[in-house]
Amino acid sequence: MGKAELPLHAPGTQVDRGYIGQSVPRPNAARLLQGRGTFTDDLRFPRLAHVAFFRSPYAHARIRKLDFSKAIKSPGVLAVFDGPTVAEYCTPWVGVLAHLKGIKSPPQHAIAIGRACWQGEAVAAVVADSRSQAEDAVQLIEAEWEELPVVVDMEDSLKNKTTIHPELGDNICFKREHDTGGVDEAFAGADVVVEETFHFGRHTGVCLEGRAILADYNAAEHTLTVYHATQAPHMMQDIFSRHLNIPEANVRVIAKDVGGSFGIKVHVYPDEMATAAISVILRRPVKFVADRLESFVSDIHAREHRVNIRIAVKKTGEILAFDLDDLTAIGPYSVYPRTSGIEGNQVVNLAGGPYKHQKYRAKMHVVFTNKNVSCQYRAVGHPIAVALTEGIVDLAAQKLGMDPAEFRRKNLIPDDAYPYTFPSGIKFEKLSHHQTLNKLLDVMGYEKLKKERDELRKSGIYRGIGLAAMIEVTNPSPAFYGVGGARISAQDGATLRFEPSGMLTLLCSVTEQGQGTEGIFAQIAASAVGVSLDKVRVITGDTGITPYGGGTWASRGAGIGGEAVLLAGRALRSNMLDIAAAILKVDKAELDVRKNSVVHLLTGETRIPLSELGRVAYFRPDTLPLDFQSELTVTRHYTPRQYGFTFTNGIQASLVEVDPDTGFVKLLKHWCVEDSGTVINPMLVDEQIRGGVVQGIGAALFEECLYGPDGQMLNGNMADYLVPMSGEMPDIVCAHVETPTQQSQLGAKGVGEAGTAGAPGAVMNAINDALLPLGARVTAMPFTPERILRALGKV
Amino acid sequence: MEHAVETTLTVNGTKVTRRIEPRQHLVDFLREELGLTGSHVGCEHGVCGACTVRVDGEIVRGCLMLAVQADGCKVETIEGLSDSQELSLLQKAFHEKNALQCGFCTPGMLMAAQDLVLSKRKVSREEIRMHISGNYCRCTGYQAIVDAIEEVIHGQG
Amino acid sequence: MKAPAFAYAKPKSLAEAFALLRTPGAKVLAGGQSLIPSLNMRLSAPDLLVDITGLPGLAEIVPGRGTVRVGALVTHARIERNSDVRKHIPMLAEAATHIAHAAIRNRGTLGGSLALADPAAEYPACAVALEAIFTIQNSRGERTVNAAAFFKGLFETDLKAGEILTCVEFPAGGKSVFLELTRRHGDYAIIGLAAHGSRFVFFGAGPTPVLVKGNSLAEAKAALARVEPPADLYHSSKTKRHLAGVLLERAWNTLSKPR
Repeated sequence: MGKAELPLHAPGTQVDRGYIGQSVPRPNAARLLQGRGTFTDDLRFPRLAHVAFFRSPYAHARIRKLDFSKAIKSPGVLAVFDGPTVAEYCTPWVGVLAHLKGIKSPPQHAIAIGRACWQGEAVAAVVADSRSQAEDAVQLIEAEWEELPVVVDMEDSLKNKTTIHPELGDNICFKREHDTGGVDEAFAGADVVVEETFHFGRHTGVCLEGRAILADYNAAEHTLTVYHATQAPHMMQDIFSRHLNIPEANVRVIAKDVGGSFGIKVHVYPDEMATAAISVILRRPVKFVADRLESFVSDIHAREHRVNIRIAVKKTGEILAFDLDDLTAIGPYSVYPRTSGIEGNQVVNLAGGPYKHQKYRAKMHVVFTNKNVSCQYRAVGHPIAVALTEGIVDLAAQKLGMDPAEFRRKNLIPDDAYPYTFPSGIKFEKLSHHQTLNKLLDVMGYEKLKKERDELRKSGIYRGIGLAAMIEVTNPSPAFYGVGGARISAQDGATLRFEPSGMLTLLCSVTEQGQGTEGIFAQIAASAVGVSLDKVRVITGDTGITPYGGGTWASRGAGIGGEAVLLAGRALRSNMLDIAAAILKVDKAELDVRKNSVVHLLTGETRIPLSELGRVAYFRPDTLPLDFQSELTVTRHYTPRQYGFTFTNGIQASLVEVDPDTGFVKLLKHWCVEDSGTVINPMLVDEQIRGGVVQGIGAALFEECLYGPDGQMLNGNMADYLVPMSGEMPDIVCAHVETPTQQSQLGAKGVGEAGTAGAPGAVMNAINDALLPLGARVTAMPFTPERILRALGKV
Repeated sequence: MEHAVETTLTVNGTKVTRRIEPRQHLVDFLREELGLTGSHVGCEHGVCGACTVRVDGEIVRGCLMLAVQADGCKVETIEGLSDSQELSLLQKAFHEKNALQCGFCTPGMLMAAQDLVLSKRKVSREEIRMHISGNYCRCTGYQAIVDAIEEVIHGQG
Repeated sequence: MKAPAFAYAKPKSLAEAFALLRTPGAKVLAGGQSLIPSLNMRLSAPDLLVDITGLPGLAEIVPGRGTVRVGALVTHARIERNSDVRKHIPMLAEAATHIAHAAIRNRGTLGGSLALADPAAEYPACAVALEAIFTIQNSRGERTVNAAAFFKGLFETDLKAGEILTCVEFPAGGKSVFLELTRRHGDYAIIGLAAHGSRFVFFGAGPTPVLVKGNSLAEAKAALARVEPPADLYHSSKTKRHLAGVLLERAWNTLSKPR
């Protein structure tokens, strides 16, 4: 039996995995290495106009008057637009979904009308021949404002002293309560109850490529082509169509090379919608690229939480229950279309994730503030859920005098307990917590590190080891968004076309932002069909060309898109063998495709090179049987159905050294053991994990969007907002366990966000381990020297 | 273009004369006027390194130099250094070690890396990290980049 | 973040430069590593930039008798690598390595940094610690100012309108220590210390370099206790003073070690 039918993970079988599992360099990296990629801002169009936005300097203010008279006369200016004008072409939206019961948000316009609700919200647009000229004119806009009370602090927002949107009654966007029952009893029956409050600083993605959109409306055809640095072209196609009133198939969204996204580029931004509307109004191509300063006040923020958590444990170390209260602050609008309720929702779903306790209670509020809008950013909710779980678990272990790894071992869900339903209602297909824990402790040399740490403490060197076990949401089914009414596709498709020369062109609806989507799809396609890797070309990110699908988010590209590619590849191979059988007049079952030729299945003898197959099929079908038709383009789709989310598991460790005099933290090393099922390209997965870990380190040590009491962002530039740079980062060791999912042939789960999910918790636990002999503990991220010195009582 | 200054510079070996507005910085000039879009704009205040190009043999931030200041200078961009093969060892190492993902930081990163390679110093991993610490990468964990540079530096004679 | 429009001139002589600087809204442009970001962010809007990098004779490093004269247009990169600087005024070379990153150091200049007088900058503190002498030229001639007298307030120096700092003379020799605390390599200093002899000069501790003198560590600490560094976005005044104390102690220990 050849490779055609069996899943890759079928036990006890010899399945030729081809390129799957190999660390092959990415073919599409070559152009990027020479600066010959095409990012959206690289595109040049005839009559291209540029947009700059006049943004509110106030966090909350009524727009009394906008005077464009000077701006419109500024050199190079083509037009100046306010909110009502753009609203004639672009309808507003509301960021709510039906499955988030009770979620509420007011309608949001492409350009604010009447009132600005955050500092940075666009209230007018200037279109000019160049960006410089547009910015010159923006400075000439005269505005009269009436300042309104500003809501900045999340606790104040919850108390509702000032209601940002009076028509909504309060500032609560979304709230959720979950109770398994029996929680109070569990706490009453506990030997030890530990409680702590964690704070997580709001931060943002800081993609190196700013958000970019070039909208090109063709008035003659009533068609709109949008070159958009987006993760979800089909979602945007639907949104441009509905809100600009252009028929769906008349809208084409093309994502060229994208300079990093991390979730920042999967949302609907009013300034981008305005740009598209302006193209329609002016009937010419219009480009907008968010510069760095405006990115800080207009790209979505995320992760501003205050969480109280309690854990009930027995003196044996058994965790009985978790109880948490999460308050999270978003901006003044729930972002469209995925809503700003998801992050908090995930915290409720995921807290306590790796453990086998049965009792759980959670209360969660998402409140509006007059700060920048907030929404899904890489690892959505996981960094918070993992940090607070692993933080309180460490504290409980400490109180019981137990080693943190042993405490976890006592409580991790056993590897043979699956399928398993977790107290928050989520379902696990099959995880490997114990395997990953054991591998981590082995790879890092846990016992040796502990001894070294203890030894060094005697000479006043404070090292700390921190662990963070985690689960991660990947490969979501329609349960994530579709069921709530969002026109966001959870399925994806792959079209594989055999070219006459024997090459393959693959079109897939999952997109590429550098993680290696196109590379792994080429590997899968080549393996599934039987060609060499250099024969495959991949096209993604074009709604006019690829099948319909969801794009990239929630770590779904490899697992969902990859499966569609695998299925398409196998189907194409079968069709190719049909043709070969017809040409050779033999039984299809005697044949196989290997290394660019049709071969004899058993002997491997070459029967027809693929180039010859192509020649005959496309140019000499007259030589084939009368009733035979070659089908050399195949499309297959895939939707994960059995599980709402395919959960993965992993565990990370951080080794740090804290300078008790300065409060500075030195990151010595980091480890991540991850089980993401079938690994298609270990080299790509490892650096994805590392990139995620570094983002998580940013959250733990460096990144925070700082706001003043008047709702002004105080550090919205790259000198003051600190992103992780290479000098402070440790080497990161990655190792893997593979538990394939049975829901697909490929068996791949997702992994893109794993690094970010676990790193903050691991680093926090390491810092607190280092501070333990000094009697200090920190729980508010980022752990700046200020916060560490205060915990140490030095200031 | 009332303040435009006639400027002559050599870009990737080709002499270029243009009337340039003083306010246009070098990387915008390269991208907009010469179509050399390989150098990228990431922050326009000199912190991210995406715009790093070479002027008279030294790496500079293209966003912190006015194009008119490049009068009489020799400017080299990623396209020129790719075509001349000067970066081929680094590019090969980057490719093989997956030292890039989205590619937006890559031209600037290669410029910075090449600066270190040309210095011929046998630097440690730590020193490599310090040298590229002015180039922001959000996608990778920097490690593969350090690995690639280390390989090229220690591979040199 | 595109700069507003301005005119540009590149004089070939000091006389020409002074004439151009009489234009209303004229500003000196040297390395541009601080000026150009502020232009890109539209924080300043000059009418004319006078590019002084073409002026002859301002980019020399000349060792003399017990001194080294460093021209105002010498870049940080050259200061970092120059053998005379490294030998005779090692503190300055050490300080240069802390300034941003290589690409910035290739353009940024000594004179530019001193004339801007950013409170978190390295050179002003070094100049005060080393008791450097600044040479300033104007249309009427030349004058000199001691480093300590040059720095007057927040971004405020003794330079008058139309003047150009042309050269700095540093006394050579003596033991020095340079320490800087940053969250990330190349960042602006949270707090820093340029120590030479019994002169401990902090930067990031006030609008101008803060000189703390002491013949013993205890004396110096007492003097530091009276300093109130301004808080920044991440660090309270107390924390900055605490960090200054840590640097003071570390510098003292290094300086008092026998050679």
